[in-house]
Amino acid sequence: MIRNQLSVFIENRNGQLCEITGILADKGINLEALNIAETVDYGVLRLIVSDEDSAIAALKENDYVISVNPVNMVKVPNVPGGLFSVLKKITAANIGIEYMYSIFGELNGSAQMIMRVADPDLLEKVVSQ
Amino acid sequence: MGNYYQKEIECASREEIRRIQNEKFLKQFKHAWENVPYYRKKVEDSGVSFDDIKSIDDICKLPFLSKDDLRDAYPYGLLGTDLKNCVRIQSTSGTTGKRVVAFYTKDDVDLWEDCCARAIVAAGGTNEDVCQVCYGYGLFTGGPGLHGGSHKVGCLTLPMSSGNTDRQLQFMTDLNATILCCTPSYAAYLAESIEERGLRDKIKLKAGIFGAEAWSEEMRADIEKRLGIKAYDIYGLTEISGPGVSFGCSEQKGMHINEDHFYAEIINPKTGEVLPMGSEGELVFTSLDKEAFPLIRYRTKDICELSDEKCSCGRSFVRMAKPRGRSDDMLIIKGVNVFPSQIETVLIEQGYPANYQIIVDRVNHTDTIDVNVEMSNDNFSDNLGKINEMEKSLVSALKAMLGIHANVHLVAPRTIERSEGKAVRVIDKRKI
Ligand SMILES: [Zn+2]
Repeated sequence: MIRNQLSVFIENRNGQLCEITGILADKGINLEALNIAETVDYGVLRLIVSDEDSAIAALKENDYVISVNPVNMVKVPNVPGGLFSVLKKITAANIGIEYMYSIFGELNGSAQMIMRVADPDLLEKVVSQ
Repeated sequence: MGNYYQKEIECASREEIRRIQNEKFLKQFKHAWENVPYYRKKVEDSGVSFDDIKSIDDICKLPFLSKDDLRDAYPYGLLGTDLKNCVRIQSTSGTTGKRVVAFYTKDDVDLWEDCCARAIVAAGGTNEDVCQVCYGYGLFTGGPGLHGGSHKVGCLTLPMSSGNTDRQLQFMTDLNATILCCTPSYAAYLAESIEERGLRDKIKLKAGIFGAEAWSEEMRADIEKRLGIKAYDIYGLTEISGPGVSFGCSEQKGMHINEDHFYAEIINPKTGEVLPMGSEGELVFTSLDKEAFPLIRYRTKDICELSDEKCSCGRSFVRMAKPRGRSDDMLIIKGVNVFPSQIETVLIEQGYPANYQIIVDRVNHTDTIDVNVEMSNDNFSDNLGKINEMEKSLVSALKAMLGIHANVHLVAPRTIERSEGKAVRVIDKRKI
């Protein structure tokens, strides 16, 4: 499934993550996936949320810099070698993954990964084969 | 060798130029002394008498004029002739306080337009060219100056004034403009708009004459590539006449000062001492043959250096480097002169908002400079690697501009405090 991911620029200081999750909680927005990439000074908080539009509006209202990108939500068998079997297909199709992270919880015995690639439609085709 | 508008004077020998400057200066000093009581009092108060000034070598004895004098004397206090002889005013807005107004007689306008014509011809302009002037017309000298110069050269002049990009591009393509006169930032914006609209093949521009704001060599290269032109500098200030006080030639190594009309000195901005050729300091101009608004030793606050090295374009006029900044804002870091405006230029070129903070400190007896920059929507990416790359390219662009390393910190939007209108740009924590 292709979903929109919200990326938020964050400074590495105490309370920053608390502030953002607070803003989303106030609007009754649920987090489905979360990941942070960071350097010493700053980081990128990546989110998949239940209601993108109100999340974007709420964060912009609070002066956050945001970028919205399509990402693939890929089902992975929750067994040893599960991720390997998926990545084999992707590699064989010559698709480069910019980054990936796992999603909260599991679905019908499957884990799920979020993958960021240049062409989400192509990846969707490859993993559903 | 280049193209000249007034070859005889532009390529005169240094001795001849000095002779002309000496002769004109003595006349101009007499003119100001006799017709501008404000100036005469200023000179007398400094303890100098008329007879002390026997040649242009004595100019260093005279007091400086500054923007404060122009404000004090507003509007007529520095006028050197009857109002009935004046045909024009131009005006410049300061960041603070009153506007400054300069007056022109017919001859003053004429010599100013000659200076602009020299700049246009140096950029390859002839009567076969179509010159699009998108500097503002009105009180600002940019539009009227280049417009007059373009007439003198005989170019077909498109008096566009600033703004309205759609109309600019329509005339540029329909009328085959070959020379573009505007600010470098507007040139960059036009280049972008041309690319967006796929008009590159319809553009016939060959040269651009850009001034009125700071810009770097990187920005020049970028504009030249994107518009397929050669980009020339032009420099001037309303108080002295307007654009064309100095202009770039085909060599692109500084701007030739129109020395038959303006005498340039470089001084130490703190002591006022005249510095030798090649030193960096504050640029001071003396008008040599202005009737309405003669200014002797006017401090521009622009920091740059002069060069009297022979230029391969054939002109013998001394060249000035592009001003690096304003003397008011100059910081000395690791012995190097740094101006916030240089940092601002780099930030804008790299797509960051011009909202920044410079923190200067001294750690273990070494100066450090840190620049806090607000992240913008344009530069943000979900990919940390890309942000890192942009940050690195910002660091190296700053190094290229400043000559020293600056630490860059990307911060969240609106975290750099803004005081009333003007932000606190520089925090100097050094205890010296
Ligand atoms: Zn030259």
